[in-house]
Amino acid sequence: MIKARVTVTLKNGVLDPQGKAIEGALGSLGFEGVHQVRQGKVFDLELETADRAKAEEELKAMCEKLLANTVIENYSIALL
Amino acid sequence: MKSAVLQLPGLNRDRDMIAALTRISGQAPVTVWQTETEIPDVDLIVIPGGFSYGDYLRCGAIAARMPVMQAVREKAEKGVKVLGVCNGFQILVEAGMLPGALMRNSSLKFVCKEVKLEVVNADTDFTRAYAEGQIIRCPVAHHDGNYFVEDETLKAMQDKGQVVFRYADGTNPNGSMLDIAGVVNERGNVLGMMPHPENLIEAAHGGTDGRGIFASALDVIAA
Repeated sequence: MIKARVTVTLKNGVLDPQGKAIEGALGSLGFEGVHQVRQGKVFDLELETADRAKAEEELKAMCEKLLANTVIENYSIALL
Repeated sequence: MKSAVLQLPGLNRDRDMIAALTRISGQAPVTVWQTETEIPDVDLIVIPGGFSYGDYLRCGAIAARMPVMQAVREKAEKGVKVLGVCNGFQILVEAGMLPGALMRNSSLKFVCKEVKLEVVNADTDFTRAYAEGQIIRCPVAHHDGNYFVEDETLKAMQDKGQVVFRYADGTNPNGSMLDIAGVVNERGNVLGMMPHPENLIEAAHGGTDGRGIFASALDVIAA
């Protein structure tokens, strides 16, 4: 069994109104000096394989096909 | 002309769409469930609005990967017209059948109101009933209609007349780049739009501005 974490973030240059709202909320809570907030998604997966190379390849396919919208999002894969 | 309406769990504007198509074409559309792998012989396939799969992951992302969408893609490649409204538009961009992406509204709020649309390109299968530059009224109801596309792709789209509708007179409800409200594919037979023309087709709706899209696509402009 391999555990993995996929992180999906917005590409640079793509507006992130949710990140902006969070940034504003942090400011109103008194956290100063927050210059930018960009929000994204995290997926924790458990795969039924011991082959790490195969797992990585499968995860990449999952990201390309479903987990990320590569028009606006980047993804990174970490095997845990 | 014959039409079909897709049905997927969470889509809720299918009844409105069926009513509009029936009224305008004089015959009821066939309905096609998400697990179908073949679509009957029709001239127009419509993907209605709603909240397919609860908008989980990203709006339209899961619906775009259901078997029926492969069938829609094959029909579109053969030249069959495809119209996606609201969630239907989101499904079409997630399926890669239209360029760009639809992101959360810049206000972060769900908007339900009437906007004005400029018909930017009246030379498409969906807009022949209108004049270029004509301003029409149309209702919108969505949370994720903020159209985004890379600059390079946008430029190519503009050169090819793929931007079909823009929000006019400062009524952009979602922060879409260049006020884009609806786009077609390069071939011109797949249209996606966030506003709901099916909700402005008879006097009881308070207007008939949306009728032209169906009349154009169904080839009943004179009727």
